Amino acid sequence: MGSSTLRNAVTIVGASLAGLRAAETLRRDGFEGTISLVGDEPRVPYDRPPLSKQLLSGEWEVDRISLSPPERFMSLDLDLRLGRRATGLDVSSHTLDVDGATEEYDGLLIATGARCRTLPGTDGLAGVYTLRTLDDSLAIREALRGGPRRVVVVGAGFIGAEVASTAVGYGVPVTMVEALPVPLGRVLGDTVGSVVAEVHVDNGVDLRCGVGVDEICGTDRVESVRLSNEAVVEADLVVVGIGAIPNTDWLEDSGLTVDDGVLCDKTCLAAPDVTAAGDVARWPNPRYGEVMRVEHWDNAVEQGAHAARRLMLTDEEAVPFTPVPWFWSDQYDRKVQLAGRPRPDDEVALVDGSFEERRFAVIYGREGLLTAVFGMNRPRQVMQFKGLLQRGASWSEALEFAGN
Amino acid sequence: MHIVVDYDLCESNAICMQIAPDVFEVRDDDFLYLLDETPGEDRRAAMDEAAQRCPKQAIRIED
Repeated sequence: MGSSTLRNAVTIVGASLAGLRAAETLRRDGFEGTISLVGDEPRVPYDRPPLSKQLLSGEWEVDRISLSPPERFMSLDLDLRLGRRATGLDVSSHTLDVDGATEEYDGLLIATGARCRTLPGTDGLAGVYTLRTLDDSLAIREALRGGPRRVVVVGAGFIGAEVASTAVGYGVPVTMVEALPVPLGRVLGDTVGSVVAEVHVDNGVDLRCGVGVDEICGTDRVESVRLSNEAVVEADLVVVGIGAIPNTDWLEDSGLTVDDGVLCDKTCLAAPDVTAAGDVARWPNPRYGEVMRVEHWDNAVEQGAHAARRLMLTDEEAVPFTPVPWFWSDQYDRKVQLAGRPRPDDEVALVDGSFEERRFAVIYGREGLLTAVFGMNRPRQVMQFKGLLQRGASWSEALEFAGN
Repeated sequence: MHIVVDYDLCESNAICMQIAPDVFEVRDDDFLYLLDETPGEDRRAAMDEAAQRCPKQAIRIED
């Protein structure tokens, strides 16, 4: 695949974290050409993690979630096209459709993110929400302020967990429904997943695991949730957090390979002069020998920068993108962090603190290698082991570091 | 180069410590300590990265 370093213009589709960090990287690296930033939300780029935490709780207002102070944002000198949606792409002719109008691109960076998976049959039913955008967060906040009798959170992943935590802060009774027997069991394994689940129970959440949702009941407004075990939970507010789907609908017939995201090579190149980053990008991470798509905040930052630089390099100069995935989540008064790629059947060792005090760090290992570190209120330890993960440390080296 | 941390924003994710342990340290009390408020110019790339990768955007570089 050929790519030119003599670029005059770059179009970035997607004006959230990955897209903004891409634009910042281009300018920092001295790119003086036009940068066109296309985003379907009519807002300057904002930060999403507070949407389930500080903004939802009312601790912060909208002015606090900007991703870039106005003067710094202006200094990027972007051709800013907000409230505009990319509707089509043809990589063979180097053309892009924006709201149906065709334009040419020189270099293109795709960062269109993902959207929430929804429960079937809930369209148009008031009181049922997903959480992805600022408008979603403000709507749920309004509903929480209205004093609902009970909130049902569907899905005990990290978004669901944060929403439950914030709802508890409003003094609203919360039921959390999770299809897996142990929340996050597939990520953290059952032992550690159970501890994370217990924190919800500690905080008064009615946690129902190993049950699905059969139906969200109500005529115009939600009235109850019927579970797969026939239990019915009365609820006037339901928040669904059951994962996300990459936004690739506009890439049909583009010439790109779309398969649960935009498939890239190991350098984040998807086609000549086209790269992808953030929630929408799938690429083979040589560190793991695995094709992955990572929906973490930190990945959007890193991959946005990497994909931007990739556009400025020749194939010979390009380097693979080899991150150790990392994310954090804040729930109640606990901070959880995970770095690496654990599997549920990995060996697990407690390296700091204890499960009982809800303050601990555990490491995961497989086939003689350190694979991950997970911490609850243990940021220092998590980052130390993340350093070991980046070096490709062995399991025994990690245990030795821990002093075991 | 002057490093400023907004401690009202900082949530001790410790990403900065991993990038530049000579400048940032999250101690056992889970608080961030700034070890060097005026790192040398040779540390600028690392400081830029720390500021950009801070999930709370709590690190500012003042020239």
